[in-house]
Amino acid sequence: MGERVDVRKTYKLFIGGAWPRSESGRSYEVMSADGKFIANAARASRKDLRDAVAAARKAWPKWAGLTAYNRGQILYRVAEVMESRRAELIHEVERAEQDQGRHRPDPAESQVDEAIDTWVWYAGLTDKLAYMAGGLNPVAGPYFNISVPEPTGVAGIVCPERPSLGGSCARLAAALCGGNAVVAVASEKHPLPAITMSECFATSDLPPGVANILTGHKEELVPVLAAHGDVDAIDVTGVASKDLETVEAAAAANVKRIVRAGAAGQTRPDRRTQPARSPYEATAFMEIKTVWHPKGA
Amino acid sequence: MVQTAPPPLSGVVVEEAGGAVDAVGLEARAAALATRSIKRDSKLWALDLAIRCCDLTTLEGSDSPGKIAALASKALRPAPTDPSIPHVAALCIYPSLVPPAVDALSGTDVKVASVATAFPSGQAPLEARLEEVRYAVSAGADEVDIVISRGAFLAGGEVAVFEEVQASKEAAGAAHLKVILEIGELGSYDRIRRASLIAMSAGADFIKTSTGKIPQASSLPACLVMAEAIRDFSDATGRTVGLKVAGGIRSAKDAIRYLVIMNETLGAGWLTPDLFRIGASSLLNDLLMQIDKQRTGRYSDPDRYTLD
Repeated sequence: MGERVDVRKTYKLFIGGAWPRSESGRSYEVMSADGKFIANAARASRKDLRDAVAAARKAWPKWAGLTAYNRGQILYRVAEVMESRRAELIHEVERAEQDQGRHRPDPAESQVDEAIDTWVWYAGLTDKLAYMAGGLNPVAGPYFNISVPEPTGVAGIVCPERPSLGGSCARLAAALCGGNAVVAVASEKHPLPAITMSECFATSDLPPGVANILTGHKEELVPVLAAHGDVDAIDVTGVASKDLETVEAAAAANVKRIVRAGAAGQTRPDRRTQPARSPYEATAFMEIKTVWHPKGA
Repeated sequence: MVQTAPPPLSGVVVEEAGGAVDAVGLEARAAALATRSIKRDSKLWALDLAIRCCDLTTLEGSDSPGKIAALASKALRPAPTDPSIPHVAALCIYPSLVPPAVDALSGTDVKVASVATAFPSGQAPLEARLEEVRYAVSAGADEVDIVISRGAFLAGGEVAVFEEVQASKEAAGAAHLKVILEIGELGSYDRIRRASLIAMSAGADFIKTSTGKIPQASSLPACLVMAEAIRDFSDATGRTVGLKVAGGIRSAKDAIRYLVIMNETLGAGWLTPDLFRIGASSLLNDLLMQIDKQRTGRYSDPDRYTLD
């Protein structure tokens, strides 16, 4: 008997609830923090991005139409499934981000714990957004004037490079919480934890297509995402500052909502632990609808 | 129906050209043609052609004169703000809505096509079906889309089908006759080929894949087998017959695949609205969207295009 051959995981894209390879057939090498080869990740093309947006658009009405309470249950389930894979996630984050020579005490572990807790946090927020961000407005007339926050639609999310898991969790949870569908471009250098996160989505009752994750070169994907006419909001948290201007200009063509972590004035995200959790992070992906209704005599 | 001897179809092209179809080879060829890559300039040309070949269709119980008027304006100017987009080939509707369609389209190059003969099932007495054809033509339809009696065909009544198509052609007079085979109900490529040859021998100007009213609609292999039947019929008789694909064609990508099959089987001569049509309702917006994508380089938004 020879030695057992390793069964290595193939990291692919997550589109419409399935894990296809890039239609282009391309992949790229993912390295650990100390420069060792970890795995090949799929290098998504703009056609993959187009497919992901189409899947998100198709899935969105159902997700937005669920009761907020039900969405909360599903997001909580994401946390549960991630918790059951905690050890695997810690290993992946550690391998990706930690330089063996400069080992800090357990930042991978705290990042994964924080990330899971973020899902729990946003799961609890879903059915509170309506009264936190909306309500009855006082008006001078015999009318009710009611404001309700509603999801913007399909949100493109450019995940921060680091924290590799915490960043994507915080940004996706904030967008999904309010009922948006998501097309996320994962951290380019450390994309693997985000793909493992997608496996948690698939076993959490999150309807297929509600969250889609692409791995690849941001330089190639982000301009297409920003210019796409059927994407309603773009989160530029993970866009390099030198590229912000062009991305925002492209996004302006169809008046996309431009979102970034921490933009609503709350504490700046801590690069090493977690972008901020806040109701404002969720409402940044939402629009306020206001209706007038006549009062009875 | 029982055939009497000698079979009246002997001697017509059906007998000589109606051979067996290699289903595996056919599907492999259709699949191979579907992977052909069409690049930018050719793609723009193909998208433009697909619009010119489009039969903009509405066949709903809820169709009203108002809806026909709206669709007629869309047929004339698919993109209201962009005059470079051509008009479609025809507006395809139910017979009772021919008068408002003729009102809206008279004096334009967009044809009025009416379905007839108890569309989509064809299960009505022959006289009633022929009367429907005569009504549509007298009301001003330029083209008539009839269905064959699949029930009779499957029961072995090929002669009856042949004679019915002949009678419909006579009833249609100068109007173009498109014969719908409803391939989803024929059950095999052999029967699709045979029904194609019968329809063409009986005088069809076009043969058409489907009504779009059953789940199993047009497919690339079915289009290929029909195109090959047209080619063989044309070689045997010298008469050119058109092909219309309909049912389930919603994306520009699919439309281009059908164009590739036409070009590879029948040649560029068939890439014209006179000999090729695509019957569709939601395809047109996707064609417009893909044209915008090719021109601007950015993916567009379905909300920017008119609803039917």
